[in-house]
Amino acid sequence: MRSFAAALAIVFALTAPSFALVDPSERLDDPQQEARARAISKNLRCMVCQNQSIDDSDAELAGDLRRVVRDRILAGDTDREVYDFVVARYGDFVLMTPPFGPATLLLWLGPALVLVLGGGIVFTVLRRQRVRPAEPRLTPEEAAKLALLLEKDENRRG
Amino acid sequence: MIVELGHFALVLALAVSLVQTVVPAIGAHRRDVQLMHVAEPAAILQFLLVGAAFAALTYAFVVSDFSVKLVYDNSHSMKPMIFKVSGVWGNHEGSMVLWVLILAMFGAMVAFFGRNLPDTLRARVLAVQASIAVAFLLFVIFTSNPFARLDPAPFEGTGLNPLLQDRALAFHPPWLYAGYVGFSMTFSFAVAALLEGRVDASWARWVRPWTLAAWLSLTIGIAMGSWWAYYTLGWGGFWFWDPVENASLMPWLAGTALLHSAIVAEKRGALKSWTILLAILAFSLSLLGTFLVRSGVLTSVHAFAVDPARGSFILGILMFFVGGSLALYAWRAPMLRAGGIFAPISREGALLMNNMLLSAATASVFIGTLYPLFLDALTGEKITVGPPFFNYTFVPIFVPLLCLVPLGPLLGWKRADLMAAAERLLAAAGIAFVALIASFAFFYEGPWLAPFGMALAVWLVAGALSDVAWRIKLFSTPLAESLSRARRLPRAVWGSALAHGGVGICVAGIIGVTAWSDELITAVAPGESAEIGGYTLTLQGVALRDGPNFDAMVGVVGVARGGRDLGVMLPEKRRFPAERQEKTEPAIRTNGISDLYVVLGEQAGNGKWVLRAYRNTFAPLIWIGGTIMGIGGLISLLDRRLRVGAPTGARPRLAAQPAE
Repeated sequence: MRSFAAALAIVFALTAPSFALVDPSERLDDPQQEARARAISKNLRCMVCQNQSIDDSDAELAGDLRRVVRDRILAGDTDREVYDFVVARYGDFVLMTPPFGPATLLLWLGPALVLVLGGGIVFTVLRRQRVRPAEPRLTPEEAAKLALLLEKDENRRG
Repeated sequence: MIVELGHFALVLALAVSLVQTVVPAIGAHRRDVQLMHVAEPAAILQFLLVGAAFAALTYAFVVSDFSVKLVYDNSHSMKPMIFKVSGVWGNHEGSMVLWVLILAMFGAMVAFFGRNLPDTLRARVLAVQASIAVAFLLFVIFTSNPFARLDPAPFEGTGLNPLLQDRALAFHPPWLYAGYVGFSMTFSFAVAALLEGRVDASWARWVRPWTLAAWLSLTIGIAMGSWWAYYTLGWGGFWFWDPVENASLMPWLAGTALLHSAIVAEKRGALKSWTILLAILAFSLSLLGTFLVRSGVLTSVHAFAVDPARGSFILGILMFFVGGSLALYAWRAPMLRAGGIFAPISREGALLMNNMLLSAATASVFIGTLYPLFLDALTGEKITVGPPFFNYTFVPIFVPLLCLVPLGPLLGWKRADLMAAAERLLAAAGIAFVALIASFAFFYEGPWLAPFGMALAVWLVAGALSDVAWRIKLFSTPLAESLSRARRLPRAVWGSALAHGGVGICVAGIIGVTAWSDELITAVAPGESAEIGGYTLTLQGVALRDGPNFDAMVGVVGVARGGRDLGVMLPEKRRFPAERQEKTEPAIRTNGISDLYVVLGEQAGNGKWVLRAYRNTFAPLIWIGGTIMGIGGLISLLDRRLRVGAPTGARPRLAAQPAE
């Protein structure tokens, strides 16, 4: 069953992008309401596609959901109410932006955590550098080699 | 017969790579020169054998030998030749053979060019490289045999997914794989260095060109993939934060960090152990990408194979190499001697900052891509992590990084004068400010953040120019002097300026498309017109056309601007009878700065057709910028100083010595 679902998903993923997008007949007459519907549609996932919003998808289910969104807007719902309506039926999975909550704490704070951790490491490295004794002096041979190199380098530049 | 020979060559390659894994490693351990020198001929032989297998498979595709299951599944006799050839890697089995071929090619290159590497290091690098080959050859031979036969042989093949029948996409996988697999080289060098227990400047000097080559290939591969998405998927999107795209972005980000930290390791002997870790991470992320795409954990356009056996096998490979190398790192890295010290405000400090931000950016992509998988596995809860997540996390990390890019190259090593560097960027800052004002004036209706993005883009380009201008003392010495300085400027400097400028151009494109594009979706009957962004589009009619392996509905759309006729655009809707699929072929009219993008949609009833059109401001800049980045990488790669052992002017011998 699982592999069938996956196969189905592939078929949709392969065929869906090739056409896609809103049908002009779906559009609302009021441009402001239509703009709201488009913005919401971009944030709702097409459930049978791979990582496509219903705004981008030509799958039948996406079309149904687009109509639902427009119906709710016509019925006078606020954006919040439209989202709530859809989430109540499909779950958080339908939202392109996962909600902030206990289950997604690490998701939302993870990148910042890495940044802070990285900053901490960099800070310690730089501090440790300051207290570390200077590198040992060059041996006479090394100093001679260095002088030779520098001279060559000078000649090359000049 | 040829097909069986190919299969046999693949098995022989496995045997050779087993020998190449074991014998040189023992040789390096015992300091036995003869055993160590088994590595080079083995690496070259392995490459020739995998090459033979790949050639045999290509032959089967070219002559449309449908008795081979893979050819039957992915080809069709009517398909144009270029797509017969690209069909070789347009499927799971064939793409894995290509993967192994590139892996073997890199190994052979080390065997060929690496004569002046220390014996033990070269032997160990080739042994590690061969161990990766062993793992993937086992994978191909036991779970993904491309040479399986069908009996009786079918008369005709089932064709290739029309989306994959495309010129840019034909060459997208080889570039991408060259990038992924290129990082295997830096990985092998890192593991070999850990086994050796020492990292010196000559090591870093060797790692840089391989990193650069891998990064360059990956940049081109990603740019091609995104270009393909732009003109194929039908509405001008270029990046979707799709898991498979992220799978290629993660090694790119880690590789970019590695590219920069390797400079510090080479020039200053600092950050060695971090560079090793990055080299391991970059390849681990490449393996992760391969796993995500090939296992079917994430189904998408790219995932041809949904097979649990394959998934677990690659997961095993992933865990072995990532776990093994990280364990080795934890054990051996403390033995590495830390290098030169530096003040926080210095080139090293700037590169460290670059690495920190790039790592955090990589982490944000990593978390966003894998979190849904882990959450589902642990709690059964399903969530979607879509583009908005990355806009909230990735972008805020990346923008400061981009702001700092022009500053880095102007800081000196060890201890730098921030004020002096800032002074050199005064002109660039002024130009960026003008760009900010101009974008506000010109696009006053757009989102208010976009002009700042535009200023950032201009800041990057002007900053890259300032870097070169300062180095050749433009305007502060006579022009002839500046020109002669420009000629003598190391190629790596030109390369870095081009790459950084390319990033700026790319940013401008992304901002333009995201913020200032127009969209038109309408239904028109032949003879009717619609307006978009100052253009008048008239549907003159819809005609039929026969292609080599498809038939197409062609919309004839007249374009005019301000009453002036600009000719016709011909968007198509293609139907592929063999594959039983459809594909839209948009028509794009570009002036190099902005695109007019027209798509023929469905028939809308009463003689009307759905017509979609987009005015994609600055869209071409995305790929122009990407190409410039690639060219920058190439020019850096051609820098004489990167070629170990290449005579560098007056000192032919000293160059090959480790500079410790």
